[in-house]
Amino acid sequence: MAASGQCAPDAVEAVFRQESGRIIASLIRIAGSFDLAEDAMQEAMAAALVHWREKGIPDNPGAWITAAAHRKLIDYARRERTRREKQDPLMYESELFSHMDETELDAMPDSYPDDRLRLIFTCCHPAINPEAQIALTLRTLGGLTTPEIARAFLLPEPTLAQRLVRAKSKIRAARIPYAVPPAHLLAERLAAVQAVVYLIFNEGYAATSGQALIRSELCAEAIRLGRLLCELLAHEPENLGLLALMLLQDSRRLARVDADGQLVPLEDQDRTLWNRAQIDEGVRLVEKALRMRNVGPYQLQAAISALHGEAAAPAETDWRQIAALYGELLRLNDSPVVALNHAVAVAMSEGYERGLELIDAIGASGELERYYLLHAARADLLRRLARAQEAAVAYRRAIALTENEIERAYLRRRLAALPVT
Amino acid sequence: MRYMFLIYTQEDAVRRASVDEMNVVRQRHGALMAETAQLGILQSAAPLQTTETATTVRHGPDKLLTTDGPFAETKEQLAGYYILECKDLDEAIAWAAKIPTECGGGTGCVEIRPVREMPNGG
Repeated sequence: MAASGQCAPDAVEAVFRQESGRIIASLIRIAGSFDLAEDAMQEAMAAALVHWREKGIPDNPGAWITAAAHRKLIDYARRERTRREKQDPLMYESELFSHMDETELDAMPDSYPDDRLRLIFTCCHPAINPEAQIALTLRTLGGLTTPEIARAFLLPEPTLAQRLVRAKSKIRAARIPYAVPPAHLLAERLAAVQAVVYLIFNEGYAATSGQALIRSELCAEAIRLGRLLCELLAHEPENLGLLALMLLQDSRRLARVDADGQLVPLEDQDRTLWNRAQIDEGVRLVEKALRMRNVGPYQLQAAISALHGEAAAPAETDWRQIAALYGELLRLNDSPVVALNHAVAVAMSEGYERGLELIDAIGASGELERYYLLHAARADLLRRLARAQEAAVAYRRAIALTENEIERAYLRRRLAALPVT
Repeated sequence: MRYMFLIYTQEDAVRRASVDEMNVVRQRHGALMAETAQLGILQSAAPLQTTETATTVRHGPDKLLTTDGPFAETKEQLAGYYILECKDLDEAIAWAAKIPTECGGGTGCVEIRPVREMPNGG
Protein backbone atom coordinates (compact mmCIF):
# COMPACT_ATOMS: atom_id res chain seq x y z
CA MET A 1 0.00 0.00 0.00
CA ALA A 2 1.27 3.41 -0.91
CA ALA A 3 0.68 6.77 0.71
CA SER A 4 -2.39 8.21 2.29
CA GLY A 5 -5.63 10.07 1.83
CA GLN A 6 -4.99 13.38 0.13
CA CYS A 7 -3.15 11.74 -2.73
CA ALA A 8 -6.17 9.77 -3.86
CA PRO A 9 -7.54 12.21 -6.47
CA ASP A 10 -4.06 12.59 -7.98
CA ALA A 11 -3.60 8.85 -8.09
CA VAL A 12 -6.95 8.43 -9.80
CA GLU A 13 -5.95 11.13 -12.27
CA ALA A 14 -2.63 9.37 -12.93
CA VAL A 15 -4.29 6.02 -13.48
CA PHE A 16 -6.79 7.64 -15.77
CA ARG A 17 -4.07 9.17 -17.93
CA GLN A 18 -1.87 6.12 -18.14
CA GLU A 19 -4.31 3.28 -18.09
CA SER A 20 -7.63 4.54 -19.39
CA GLY A 21 -7.03 3.40 -22.98
CA ARG A 22 -6.21 -0.11 -21.87
CA ILE A 23 -9.09 -0.28 -19.36
CA ILE A 24 -11.75 1.17 -21.64
CA ALA A 25 -10.63 -1.07 -24.52
CA SER A 26 -11.25 -4.24 -22.52
CA LEU A 27 -14.50 -2.91 -21.04
CA ILE A 28 -15.85 -2.18 -24.52
CA ARG A 29 -15.02 -5.73 -25.61
CA ILE A 30 -16.80 -7.15 -22.59
CA ALA A 31 -19.82 -4.82 -22.73
CA GLY A 32 -20.10 -4.62 -26.49
CA SER A 33 -20.97 -0.97 -25.98
CA PHE A 34 -18.94 2.24 -25.74
CA ASP A 35 -21.52 3.91 -23.51
CA LEU A 36 -21.83 1.09 -20.99
CA ALA A 37 -18.06 0.79 -20.84
CA GLU A 38 -17.66 4.52 -20.20
CA ASP A 39 -20.35 4.49 -17.51
CA ALA A 40 -18.74 1.53 -15.76
CA MET A 41 -15.35 3.20 -15.87
CA GLN A 42 -16.74 6.49 -14.49
CA GLU A 43 -18.38 4.66 -11.60
CA ALA A 44 -15.25 2.66 -10.90
CA MET A 45 -13.17 5.86 -10.78
CA ALA A 46 -15.65 7.45 -8.39
CA ALA A 47 -15.50 4.35 -6.20
CA ALA A 48 -11.70 4.45 -6.30
CA LEU A 49 -11.67 8.02 -4.99
CA VAL A 50 -13.70 7.03 -1.95
CA HIS A 51 -12.09 3.68 -1.32
CA TRP A 52 -8.47 4.76 -1.77
CA ARG A 53 -8.93 7.71 0.55
CA GLU A 54 -9.86 5.27 3.32
CA LYS A 55 -7.65 2.31 2.52
CA GLY A 56 -4.75 3.89 0.68
CA ILE A 57 -3.76 3.39 -2.93
CA PRO A 58 -3.57 -0.25 -4.04
CA ASP A 59 -0.34 -1.64 -5.45
CA ASN A 60 -1.80 -1.94 -8.92
CA PRO A 61 -4.34 0.89 -9.27
CA GLY A 62 -5.06 0.08 -12.90
CA ALA A 63 -6.06 -3.50 -12.08
CA TRP A 64 -8.19 -2.27 -9.17
CA ILE A 65 -10.16 0.05 -11.45
CA THR A 66 -10.51 -2.61 -14.14
CA ALA A 67 -11.88 -5.11 -11.62
CA ALA A 68 -14.28 -2.54 -10.15
CA ALA A 69 -15.53 -1.54 -13.59
CA HIS A 70 -15.92 -5.18 -14.52
CA ARG A 71 -18.18 -5.67 -11.47
CA LYS A 72 -20.23 -2.62 -12.49
CA LEU A 73 -20.82 -4.23 -15.86
CA ILE A 74 -22.06 -7.37 -14.16
CA ASP A 75 -24.45 -5.20 -12.12
CA TYR A 76 -25.75 -3.56 -15.28
CA ALA A 77 -26.31 -6.95 -16.89
CA ARG A 78 -28.20 -8.19 -13.84
CA ARG A 79 -30.41 -5.09 -13.72
CA GLU A 80 -31.06 -5.25 -17.44
CA ARG A 81 -32.11 -8.89 -17.18
CA THR A 82 -34.47 -8.17 -14.28
CA ARG A 83 -36.00 -5.31 -16.22
CA ARG A 84 -36.37 -7.50 -19.27
CA GLU A 85 -38.07 -10.27 -17.30
CA LYS A 86 -40.64 -7.82 -16.00
CA GLN A 87 -41.52 -6.60 -19.46
CA ASP A 88 -43.09 -8.29 -22.39
CA PRO A 89 -40.03 -9.94 -23.83
CA LEU A 90 -41.19 -9.19 -27.35
CA MET A 91 -41.18 -5.48 -26.65
CA TYR A 92 -37.44 -5.54 -26.29
CA GLU A 93 -34.69 -5.15 -28.75
CA SER A 94 -31.98 -7.44 -27.59
CA GLU A 95 -28.52 -6.32 -26.82
CA LEU A 96 -25.63 -8.65 -27.15
CA PHE A 97 -24.22 -8.02 -23.72
CA SER A 98 -27.34 -8.24 -21.56
CA HIS A 99 -27.92 -11.73 -22.93
CA MET A 100 -24.85 -13.02 -21.19
CA ASP A 101 -25.27 -14.40 -17.74
CA GLU A 102 -23.09 -13.52 -14.81
CA THR A 103 -20.85 -16.54 -14.94
CA GLU A 104 -20.17 -15.96 -18.60
CA LEU A 105 -19.31 -12.33 -17.90
CA ASP A 106 -17.19 -13.22 -14.92
CA ALA A 107 -15.27 -15.73 -16.98
CA MET A 108 -14.30 -13.15 -19.58
CA PRO A 109 -10.69 -12.14 -19.19
CA ASP A 110 -10.06 -8.62 -17.92
CA SER A 111 -7.91 -7.76 -20.85
CA TYR A 112 -6.55 -9.17 -24.07
CA PRO A 113 -3.33 -7.74 -25.39
CA ASP A 114 -5.04 -6.63 -28.57
CA ASP A 115 -8.03 -4.89 -26.99
CA ARG A 116 -6.50 -1.50 -27.64
CA LEU A 117 -5.77 -2.50 -31.20
CA ARG A 118 -9.42 -3.40 -31.73
CA LEU A 119 -10.39 -0.09 -30.19
CA ILE A 120 -8.13 2.01 -32.40
CA PHE A 121 -9.34 0.27 -35.56
CA THR A 122 -12.95 0.78 -34.52
CA CYS A 123 -12.42 4.45 -33.69
CA CYS A 124 -10.70 5.03 -37.04
CA HIS A 125 -13.13 2.98 -39.12
CA PRO A 126 -13.71 4.66 -42.49
CA ALA A 127 -17.49 4.51 -41.94
CA ILE A 128 -17.09 7.08 -39.13
CA ASN A 129 -16.84 10.75 -40.03
CA PRO A 130 -13.13 11.72 -40.07
CA GLU A 131 -13.48 14.47 -37.46
CA ALA A 132 -15.33 12.08 -35.20
CA GLN A 133 -12.56 9.48 -35.68
CA ILE A 134 -10.10 11.94 -34.18
CA ALA A 135 -12.38 12.89 -31.29
CA LEU A 136 -13.26 9.29 -30.51
CA THR A 137 -9.62 8.20 -30.57
CA LEU A 138 -8.60 10.98 -28.19
CA ARG A 139 -11.60 10.34 -25.93
CA THR A 140 -11.18 6.57 -25.60
CA LEU A 141 -7.53 5.67 -26.19
CA GLY A 142 -6.15 9.02 -25.12
CA GLY A 143 -8.40 9.36 -22.08
CA LEU A 144 -8.88 13.07 -22.82
CA THR A 145 -12.11 14.57 -21.55
CA THR A 146 -14.66 16.08 -23.90
CA PRO A 147 -13.89 19.65 -22.70
CA GLU A 148 -10.16 19.04 -23.21
CA ILE A 149 -10.67 17.86 -26.78
CA ALA A 150 -13.05 20.73 -27.49
CA ARG A 151 -10.48 23.23 -26.24
CA ALA A 152 -7.67 21.68 -28.22
CA PHE A 153 -9.68 21.85 -31.45
CA LEU A 154 -11.16 25.27 -30.64
CA LEU A 155 -14.66 23.83 -30.88
CA PRO A 156 -17.70 24.52 -28.72
CA GLU A 157 -18.09 21.68 -26.25
CA PRO A 158 -21.65 20.77 -27.30
CA THR A 159 -20.48 20.41 -30.93
CA LEU A 160 -17.81 17.97 -29.91
CA ALA A 161 -20.09 16.09 -27.52
CA GLN A 162 -22.64 15.76 -30.31
CA ARG A 163 -19.97 14.42 -32.66
CA LEU A 164 -19.02 11.75 -30.13
CA VAL A 165 -22.61 10.74 -29.48
CA ARG A 166 -23.28 10.40 -33.21
CA ALA A 167 -20.17 8.32 -33.78
CA LYS A 168 -20.94 5.96 -30.91
CA SER A 169 -24.50 5.51 -32.03
CA LYS A 170 -23.34 4.73 -35.57
CA ILE A 171 -20.91 2.12 -34.23
CA ARG A 172 -23.83 0.49 -32.47
CA ALA A 173 -26.55 0.88 -35.10
CA ALA A 174 -24.49 -0.02 -38.16
CA ARG A 175 -22.56 -2.66 -36.20
CA ILE A 176 -19.06 -1.46 -36.90
CA PRO A 177 -16.99 -4.43 -35.75
CA TYR A 178 -14.82 -4.26 -32.64
CA ALA A 179 -12.06 -6.21 -34.27
CA VAL A 180 -8.65 -6.06 -35.81
CA PRO A 181 -9.30 -6.05 -39.57
CA PRO A 182 -8.51 -9.22 -41.52
CA ALA A 183 -5.18 -9.38 -43.34
CA HIS A 184 -6.53 -8.21 -46.71
CA LEU A 185 -7.91 -5.01 -45.15
CA LEU A 186 -5.14 -4.39 -42.65
CA ALA A 187 -2.87 -2.20 -44.79
CA GLU A 188 -5.69 0.12 -45.84
CA ARG A 189 -7.17 0.38 -42.35
CA LEU A 190 -3.80 0.85 -40.71
CA ALA A 191 -3.13 3.73 -43.09
CA ALA A 192 -6.38 5.32 -41.86
CA VAL A 193 -5.28 4.89 -38.23
CA GLN A 194 -1.86 6.39 -38.98
CA ALA A 195 -3.54 9.31 -40.73
CA VAL A 196 -5.68 10.02 -37.66
CA VAL A 197 -2.65 9.94 -35.37
CA TYR A 198 -0.67 12.24 -37.67
CA LEU A 199 -3.64 14.63 -37.97
CA ILE A 200 -3.77 14.86 -34.18
CA PHE A 201 -0.05 15.62 -34.16
CA ASN A 202 -0.31 18.28 -36.86
CA GLU A 203 -3.26 19.91 -35.18
CA GLY A 204 -1.01 20.38 -32.18
CA TYR A 205 2.12 21.23 -34.13
CA ALA A 206 0.72 23.76 -36.58
CA ALA A 207 -0.67 25.94 -33.80
CA THR A 208 1.70 28.58 -32.58
CA SER A 209 -0.85 30.93 -31.04
CA GLY A 210 -2.34 31.52 -27.61
CA GLN A 211 -3.63 27.98 -27.38
CA ALA A 212 -0.09 26.64 -27.70
CA LEU A 213 0.05 25.06 -24.29
CA ILE A 214 -3.10 22.96 -24.65
CA ARG A 215 -2.13 22.10 -28.18
CA SER A 216 1.30 20.80 -27.27
CA GLU A 217 -0.62 18.17 -25.32
CA LEU A 218 -2.07 17.03 -28.64
CA CYS A 219 1.46 16.43 -29.92
CA ALA A 220 2.33 14.50 -26.80
CA GLU A 221 -0.86 12.46 -27.15
CA ALA A 222 -0.19 11.72 -30.83
CA ILE A 223 3.33 10.56 -29.94
CA ARG A 224 1.88 8.34 -27.23
CA LEU A 225 -0.57 6.84 -29.76
CA GLY A 226 2.33 6.42 -32.19
CA ARG A 227 4.22 4.47 -29.53
CA LEU A 228 1.14 2.35 -28.94
CA LEU A 229 0.94 1.48 -32.66
CA CYS A 230 4.63 0.50 -32.63
CA GLU A 231 4.05 -1.65 -29.57
CA LEU A 232 0.95 -3.35 -30.99
CA LEU A 233 2.05 -3.76 -34.61
CA ALA A 234 5.82 -3.68 -34.33
CA HIS A 235 6.44 -5.37 -37.66
CA GLU A 236 4.83 -2.53 -39.64
CA PRO A 237 7.69 -0.22 -40.67
CA GLU A 238 5.31 2.68 -41.35
CA ASN A 239 4.34 2.67 -37.66
CA LEU A 240 8.00 3.19 -36.79
CA GLY A 241 8.26 5.80 -39.55
CA LEU A 242 5.27 7.72 -38.22
CA LEU A 243 6.58 7.73 -34.64
CA ALA A 244 10.02 8.79 -35.86
CA LEU A 245 8.54 11.58 -37.97
CA MET A 246 6.55 12.95 -35.03
CA LEU A 247 9.52 12.77 -32.65
CA LEU A 248 11.82 14.48 -35.13
CA GLN A 249 9.36 17.27 -35.85
CA ASP A 250 8.54 17.69 -32.18
CA SER A 251 12.27 17.90 -31.35
CA ARG A 252 12.32 21.36 -32.96
CA ARG A 253 9.29 22.69 -31.09
CA LEU A 254 11.20 25.12 -28.86
CA ALA A 255 13.35 26.44 -31.68
CA ARG A 256 10.71 27.11 -34.29
CA VAL A 257 9.05 30.05 -32.54
CA ASP A 258 11.07 32.81 -30.87
CA ALA A 259 10.35 34.67 -27.63
CA ASP A 260 8.02 37.09 -29.45
CA GLY A 261 6.04 34.26 -30.98
CA GLN A 262 7.67 34.80 -34.39
CA LEU A 263 8.23 31.84 -36.65
CA VAL A 264 11.88 30.90 -37.10
CA PRO A 265 12.72 29.05 -40.35
CA LEU A 266 14.75 25.87 -40.08
CA GLU A 267 18.03 27.41 -41.22
CA ASP A 268 17.82 30.24 -38.66
CA GLN A 269 16.86 28.04 -35.71
CA ASP A 270 19.08 27.81 -32.63
CA ARG A 271 19.99 24.16 -32.95
CA THR A 272 21.03 23.92 -29.31
CA LEU A 273 17.31 24.21 -28.51
CA TRP A 274 16.57 21.03 -30.43
CA ASN A 275 15.68 18.06 -28.27
CA ARG A 276 18.63 15.69 -28.77
CA ALA A 277 16.95 12.73 -27.08
CA GLN A 278 13.97 12.95 -29.44
CA ILE A 279 16.25 13.29 -32.47
CA ASP A 280 18.33 10.28 -31.41
CA GLU A 281 15.25 8.16 -30.86
CA GLY A 282 13.77 9.32 -34.17
CA VAL A 283 16.95 8.50 -36.06
CA ARG A 284 17.17 5.04 -34.48
CA LEU A 285 13.54 4.35 -35.40
CA VAL A 286 14.01 5.45 -39.02
CA GLU A 287 17.05 3.23 -39.39
CA LYS A 288 15.20 0.29 -37.90
CA ALA A 289 12.19 0.89 -40.16
CA LEU A 290 14.30 1.22 -43.32
CA ARG A 291 16.03 -2.08 -42.54
CA MET A 292 12.62 -3.77 -42.85
CA ARG A 293 12.82 -2.97 -46.57
CA ASN A 294 9.25 -1.88 -47.09
CA VAL A 295 9.53 1.82 -47.54
CA GLY A 296 6.54 4.14 -47.19
CA PRO A 297 5.71 7.84 -47.03
CA TYR A 298 6.13 8.21 -43.24
CA GLN A 299 9.53 6.53 -43.29
CA LEU A 300 10.69 8.77 -46.14
CA GLN A 301 9.45 11.94 -44.44
CA ALA A 302 11.07 10.81 -41.19
CA ALA A 303 14.33 10.09 -43.00
CA ILE A 304 14.25 13.62 -44.45
CA SER A 305 13.53 15.08 -41.03
CA ALA A 306 16.35 12.99 -39.57
CA LEU A 307 18.84 14.44 -42.07
CA HIS A 308 17.86 17.93 -40.90
CA GLY A 309 18.09 16.82 -37.28
CA GLU A 310 21.56 15.37 -37.73
CA ALA A 311 23.04 18.49 -39.34
CA ALA A 312 24.95 20.46 -36.71
CA ALA A 313 24.68 23.60 -38.86
CA PRO A 314 22.49 24.51 -41.86
CA ALA A 315 25.48 24.35 -44.22
CA GLU A 316 26.08 20.74 -43.22
CA THR A 317 22.62 19.64 -44.32
CA ASP A 318 22.81 16.77 -46.80
CA TRP A 319 20.50 18.39 -49.38
CA ARG A 320 21.49 15.95 -52.11
CA GLN A 321 20.24 13.04 -50.02
CA ILE A 322 17.12 15.00 -49.05
CA ALA A 323 16.39 15.69 -52.72
CA ALA A 324 16.77 11.98 -53.46
CA LEU A 325 14.35 11.07 -50.66
CA TYR A 326 11.81 13.61 -51.92
CA GLY A 327 12.23 12.07 -55.36
CA GLU A 328 11.39 8.69 -53.86
CA LEU A 329 8.42 10.18 -52.00
CA LEU A 330 7.24 11.73 -55.25
CA ARG A 331 7.28 8.29 -56.82
CA LEU A 332 4.94 6.98 -54.08
CA ASN A 333 2.79 10.09 -53.88
CA ASP A 334 2.79 12.22 -56.99
CA SER A 335 1.42 15.41 -55.44
CA PRO A 336 2.38 18.98 -56.35
CA VAL A 337 3.11 19.71 -52.68
CA VAL A 338 5.73 16.93 -52.56
CA ALA A 339 7.06 18.15 -55.91
CA LEU A 340 7.48 21.59 -54.39
CA ASN A 341 9.52 20.21 -51.49
CA HIS A 342 11.59 18.22 -53.94
CA ALA A 343 12.25 21.39 -55.96
CA VAL A 344 13.44 23.23 -52.85
CA ALA A 345 15.84 20.40 -51.98
CA VAL A 346 17.15 20.39 -55.55
CA ALA A 347 17.65 24.16 -55.32
CA MET A 348 19.73 23.71 -52.19
CA SER A 349 21.85 20.88 -53.63
CA GLU A 350 22.11 21.57 -57.37
CA GLY A 351 21.64 25.31 -57.50
CA TYR A 352 18.93 27.93 -57.06
CA GLU A 353 18.31 28.30 -60.81
CA ARG A 354 17.61 24.59 -61.21
CA GLY A 355 15.21 24.70 -58.23
CA LEU A 356 13.47 27.76 -59.63
CA GLU A 357 12.96 26.00 -62.97
CA LEU A 358 11.29 23.10 -61.18
CA ILE A 359 9.11 25.42 -59.09
CA ASP A 360 8.02 27.33 -62.17
CA ALA A 361 7.15 24.04 -63.87
CA ILE A 362 4.97 23.11 -60.87
CA GLY A 363 3.46 26.61 -60.90
CA ALA A 364 2.65 26.25 -64.60
CA SER A 365 0.19 23.44 -63.85
CA GLY A 366 -1.85 26.02 -61.92
CA GLU A 367 -2.77 23.47 -59.26
CA LEU A 368 -0.84 25.27 -56.53
CA GLU A 369 -1.65 28.81 -57.71
CA ARG A 370 -3.44 29.55 -54.43
CA TYR A 371 -0.94 27.67 -52.24
CA TYR A 372 1.10 30.29 -50.40
CA LEU A 373 4.12 28.03 -49.88
CA LEU A 374 4.65 27.82 -53.66
CA HIS A 375 4.99 31.60 -53.80
CA ALA A 376 6.99 31.73 -50.57
CA ALA A 377 9.46 29.13 -51.89
CA ARG A 378 9.76 31.01 -55.21
CA ALA A 379 10.29 34.27 -53.37
CA ASP A 380 12.98 32.68 -51.24
CA LEU A 381 14.93 31.40 -54.26
CA LEU A 382 14.59 34.72 -56.09
CA ARG A 383 15.90 36.47 -52.97
CA ARG A 384 18.92 34.15 -52.84
CA LEU A 385 19.49 34.82 -56.56
CA ALA A 386 19.45 38.57 -55.77
CA ARG A 387 16.45 39.08 -58.06
CA ALA A 388 14.87 41.37 -55.49
CA GLN A 389 12.10 42.90 -57.62
CA GLU A 390 10.70 39.51 -58.63
CA ALA A 391 11.14 38.22 -55.07
CA ALA A 392 9.06 41.13 -53.75
CA VAL A 393 6.20 40.27 -56.14
CA ALA A 394 6.29 36.62 -55.03
CA TYR A 395 6.41 37.53 -51.31
CA ARG A 396 3.38 39.81 -51.75
CA ARG A 397 1.48 37.03 -53.48
CA ALA A 398 2.37 34.59 -50.66
CA ILE A 399 1.36 37.14 -47.99
CA ALA A 400 -2.02 37.62 -49.67
CA LEU A 401 -2.65 33.88 -49.67
CA THR A 402 -1.75 32.82 -46.14
CA GLU A 403 -4.27 32.88 -43.34
CA ASN A 404 -1.77 32.17 -40.61
CA GLU A 405 -0.80 35.39 -38.82
CA ILE A 406 2.61 34.10 -37.75
CA GLU A 407 3.51 32.92 -41.25
CA ARG A 408 2.33 36.25 -42.62
CA ALA A 409 4.51 38.19 -40.16
CA TYR A 410 7.52 36.11 -41.18
CA LEU A 411 6.94 36.77 -44.90
CA ARG A 412 6.49 40.50 -44.22
CA ARG A 413 9.84 40.61 -42.46
CA ARG A 414 11.48 38.88 -45.42
CA LEU A 415 9.82 41.32 -47.81
CA ALA A 416 10.90 44.33 -45.74
CA ALA A 417 14.50 43.07 -45.72
CA LEU A 418 14.73 43.01 -49.53
CA PRO A 419 16.95 45.69 -51.07
CA VAL A 420 14.03 47.29 -52.98
CA THR A 421 11.41 49.85 -52.18
CA MET B 1 -27.99 -8.16 -38.88
CA ARG B 2 -29.77 -7.19 -42.08
CA TYR B 3 -28.43 -4.41 -44.26
CA MET B 4 -30.10 -2.77 -47.24
CA PHE B 5 -27.85 -1.87 -50.14
CA LEU B 6 -29.27 1.02 -52.13
CA ILE B 7 -27.73 1.14 -55.58
CA TYR B 8 -27.39 4.53 -57.22
CA THR B 9 -26.43 5.01 -60.86
CA GLN B 10 -26.69 7.75 -63.44
CA GLU B 11 -29.68 6.87 -65.58
CA ASP B 12 -28.45 8.92 -68.55
CA ALA B 13 -25.19 7.04 -68.56
CA VAL B 14 -26.90 3.68 -68.20
CA ARG B 15 -29.04 4.49 -71.25
CA ARG B 16 -25.85 5.20 -73.21
CA ALA B 17 -24.24 1.92 -72.18
CA SER B 18 -23.69 -0.68 -74.89
CA VAL B 19 -25.53 -3.99 -74.99
CA ASP B 20 -22.30 -5.79 -74.15
CA GLU B 21 -21.68 -3.58 -71.16
CA MET B 22 -25.21 -4.09 -69.86
CA ASN B 23 -24.80 -7.84 -70.27
CA VAL B 24 -21.68 -7.75 -68.10
CA VAL B 25 -23.56 -5.79 -65.41
CA ARG B 26 -26.45 -8.26 -65.56
CA GLN B 27 -24.06 -11.21 -65.28
CA ARG B 28 -22.35 -9.67 -62.26
CA HIS B 29 -25.68 -9.14 -60.51
CA GLY B 30 -26.70 -12.68 -61.42
CA ALA B 31 -23.49 -14.09 -59.98
CA LEU B 32 -23.81 -12.02 -56.82
CA MET B 33 -27.41 -13.11 -56.26
CA ALA B 34 -26.46 -16.74 -56.83
CA GLU B 35 -23.52 -16.50 -54.41
CA THR B 36 -25.49 -14.78 -51.63
CA ALA B 37 -28.51 -17.07 -52.12
CA GLN B 38 -26.28 -20.09 -51.83
CA LEU B 39 -24.86 -18.73 -48.56
CA GLY B 40 -28.43 -18.22 -47.35
CA ILE B 41 -27.93 -14.51 -46.74
CA LEU B 42 -29.90 -13.08 -49.68
CA GLN B 43 -33.20 -11.80 -48.36
CA SER B 44 -34.26 -9.83 -51.37
CA ALA B 45 -32.87 -7.99 -54.38
CA ALA B 46 -34.38 -6.23 -57.37
CA PRO B 47 -33.62 -3.70 -60.05
CA LEU B 48 -35.97 -0.74 -60.41
CA GLN B 49 -37.50 0.95 -63.45
CA THR B 50 -36.05 4.42 -64.11
CA THR B 51 -37.18 7.53 -62.21
CA GLU B 52 -39.44 8.58 -65.13
CA THR B 53 -41.79 5.89 -63.88
CA ALA B 54 -41.71 7.20 -60.29
CA THR B 55 -44.75 8.61 -58.54
CA THR B 56 -44.52 10.45 -55.25
CA VAL B 57 -47.41 10.41 -52.80
CA ARG B 58 -47.42 12.84 -49.93
CA HIS B 59 -49.89 13.38 -47.12
CA GLY B 60 -50.90 17.04 -47.46
CA PRO B 61 -52.69 19.05 -44.79
CA ASP B 62 -56.11 17.77 -45.85
CA LYS B 63 -55.65 15.61 -48.88
CA LEU B 64 -53.29 13.23 -50.55
CA LEU B 65 -50.87 14.89 -52.98
CA THR B 66 -49.84 12.67 -55.84
CA THR B 67 -47.13 13.95 -58.16
CA ASP B 68 -45.11 12.68 -61.07
CA GLY B 69 -41.45 11.89 -60.55
CA PRO B 70 -39.12 11.21 -57.65
CA PHE B 71 -39.14 13.25 -54.45
CA ALA B 72 -35.90 15.02 -55.29
CA GLU B 73 -33.83 15.52 -58.44
CA THR B 74 -30.42 14.04 -57.77
CA LYS B 75 -27.21 13.54 -59.72
CA GLU B 76 -27.44 9.79 -59.21
CA GLN B 77 -30.69 7.88 -59.04
CA LEU B 78 -31.84 4.85 -57.10
CA ALA B 79 -31.63 1.92 -59.51
CA GLY B 80 -32.10 -1.15 -57.35
CA TYR B 81 -31.46 -2.75 -54.00
CA TYR B 82 -30.28 -5.81 -52.10
CA ILE B 83 -31.11 -6.89 -48.58
CA LEU B 84 -28.45 -9.19 -47.13
CA GLU B 85 -27.87 -10.74 -43.75
CA CYS B 86 -24.34 -9.83 -42.63
CA LYS B 87 -22.26 -10.32 -39.50
CA ASP B 88 -21.19 -6.69 -39.29
CA LEU B 89 -20.53 -3.57 -41.32
CA ASP B 90 -17.18 -4.84 -42.63
CA GLU B 91 -18.91 -7.85 -44.16
CA ALA B 92 -21.58 -5.56 -45.63
CA ILE B 93 -18.88 -3.31 -47.11
CA ALA B 94 -17.23 -6.34 -48.71
CA TRP B 95 -20.52 -7.29 -50.42
CA ALA B 96 -21.16 -3.69 -51.47
CA ALA B 97 -17.79 -3.71 -53.21
CA LYS B 98 -19.10 -6.51 -55.46
CA ILE B 99 -22.22 -4.64 -56.58
CA PRO B 100 -21.69 -3.06 -60.00
CA THR B 101 -22.69 0.61 -60.14
CA GLU B 102 -20.85 2.30 -62.99
CA CYS B 103 -21.65 1.85 -66.62
CA GLY B 104 -21.83 3.99 -69.74
CA GLY B 105 -19.09 6.19 -68.29
CA GLY B 106 -21.32 7.39 -65.45
CA THR B 107 -20.63 7.35 -61.73
CA GLY B 108 -22.42 5.26 -59.17
CA CYS B 109 -22.41 4.20 -55.54
CA VAL B 110 -23.96 1.88 -53.01
CA GLU B 111 -25.44 3.21 -49.78
CA ILE B 112 -25.47 0.69 -46.95
CA ARG B 113 -28.20 1.09 -44.35
CA PRO B 114 -28.73 -1.25 -41.41
CA VAL B 115 -32.32 -2.47 -41.30
CA ARG B 116 -34.05 -1.37 -38.14
CA GLU B 117 -35.49 -4.52 -36.67
CA MET B 118 -38.97 -3.99 -35.27
CA PRO B 119 -40.41 -5.66 -32.20
CA ASN B 120 -42.59 -8.70 -32.96
CA GLY B 121 -40.31 -9.46 -35.87
CA GLY B 122 -42.38 -6.99 -37.96
